[in-house]
Amino acid sequence: MTTSVSTPSNFGFASHLFCRECGATSALGASHACAECFGPLEVGYELPPVTRASIEAGPASIWRYASLLPVPPDVAARPNTEPGWTRLARADQLARELGLRALWLKDERGNPTHSFKDRVVAVALAAAVEMGYKVLACPSTGNLANAVAAAAARAGIRSVVLIPADLEPQKIAATAVYGGAMVPIEGTYDDVNRLASELADDREDWAFVNVNVRPYYAEGSKTIGYEIAEQLGWRLPEQIVVPVASGAQLVKIDKAFRELIELGLVADTKYRVFGAQATGCSPVAAAFRAGHDVVQPVRPATIAKSLAIGNPADGPYVLDVVRRTGGAVADVGDEEVVHAIRLLAATEGIFGETASGVTLGVLRRLLADGLLDPDAETVIINSGDGLKTLDAAGSGAPAGVAAIRPTLEAFVAWESARAA
Amino acid sequence: MSVSVRIPTILRTFTSGSAEVNADPGTLREVLASLDASYPGLAGRIVDDAGNLRRFVNVYVGDEDVRFAKGLDTPVPAGSRVSVIPAVAGG
Repeated sequence: MTTSVSTPSNFGFASHLFCRECGATSALGASHACAECFGPLEVGYELPPVTRASIEAGPASIWRYASLLPVPPDVAARPNTEPGWTRLARADQLARELGLRALWLKDERGNPTHSFKDRVVAVALAAAVEMGYKVLACPSTGNLANAVAAAAARAGIRSVVLIPADLEPQKIAATAVYGGAMVPIEGTYDDVNRLASELADDREDWAFVNVNVRPYYAEGSKTIGYEIAEQLGWRLPEQIVVPVASGAQLVKIDKAFRELIELGLVADTKYRVFGAQATGCSPVAAAFRAGHDVVQPVRPATIAKSLAIGNPADGPYVLDVVRRTGGAVADVGDEEVVHAIRLLAATEGIFGETASGVTLGVLRRLLADGLLDPDAETVIINSGDGLKTLDAAGSGAPAGVAAIRPTLEAFVAWESARAA
Repeated sequence: MSVSVRIPTILRTFTSGSAEVNADPGTLREVLASLDASYPGLAGRIVDDAGNLRRFVNVYVGDEDVRFAKGLDTPVPAGSRVSVIPAVAGG
């Protein structure tokens, strides 16, 4: 599409792009929207035979699935952040608290910049380098900014990230430290996104990972689904709850499960996919409830800033996936989000970001509404780290607790006061 | 006085590569009709056969997303700027 960018030479087993709306196919390259209908382009493959053993022999990162991604075979040897292969934590105490039989938590804090975004950026970077782009860029609600700045620093290329000016200070600091360019923009994420789309048309050698490189980028989220299945002992969970911002993560986890079935790596068992949104930005949940297949954009107002996308690109496909699998999309208010963050921390020792609070809060809501089966094995995604959204979690010293003197007497007095 | 319309890369085949073209003011529907008269086929890529804005295109008049305004009936006064952008971005 852009003239200065060369034809790709190596995207692994990816063979073409196709439009999810009208099906038109095109050659692998630097485009993200269908020239016929504006529909989103998706990477198609001619997948090789893949075995459990060949995957298990791979590195402890997303690159163990390199043959299922649009990346060159030597991708693991190039300078990259080596994301993925995060733990799948069994959450028995939380499960007991909620009345669930079996609950697992995919803990994405374990990635190099503490969120799942390192996965998608690593794939986007590999593809962008193949296509000859010189700058790695993105519009971001924060986690992606961290991931892009870090990955670009590691790969030795320039980065430019655009963020809403009101972003959490922790996310701003954790982006600025990598030394790339960071531009705070007046407005919402959707305003930032619009600017990025216009810039992507204007700057021929800039790869906006989630705009003009989005077909490749989004494929990185499949690795969450592959890992969950492998870590469960090569089988699919019965239910999964995924946070929904653009919706790409949910759609790609479903794609990963279907690919694993097709490749014969897991049994074809029934699973249900659920989406989680914050009430202050819940256009997909609203569309689900109303029975619509299009998503009416909203202006976001929620503490879950990483989910505050009022015009979600993959919204319609989220609706397709949850309806096809018998799931649902639901939302919870900010108070329930904070409560869920504390519950997860207190029961499992896991401090999640606000989006994690949304996901757990929605899990509780779905259980209460009878939409989620408490006897079915369930996985939830803990998409990022609570240290990035400290203020929202209200994590300061509990009110009314004053410091005490460093003496045994003072401590004993504190103990009796606490017991009283 | 006319309005200016920003054309995304994927539609520049219709405008001989121009990133920005002019059209007559009116409602957005009329602006698109005026564009189509100058660049036949262009409007059909933005509006579907039923006459609705395509699902994966965003159109802005100034800073306003027309889906938050009156859609294709959104007024586009002389001197304003229309921007057509693929919706599939972000997140």
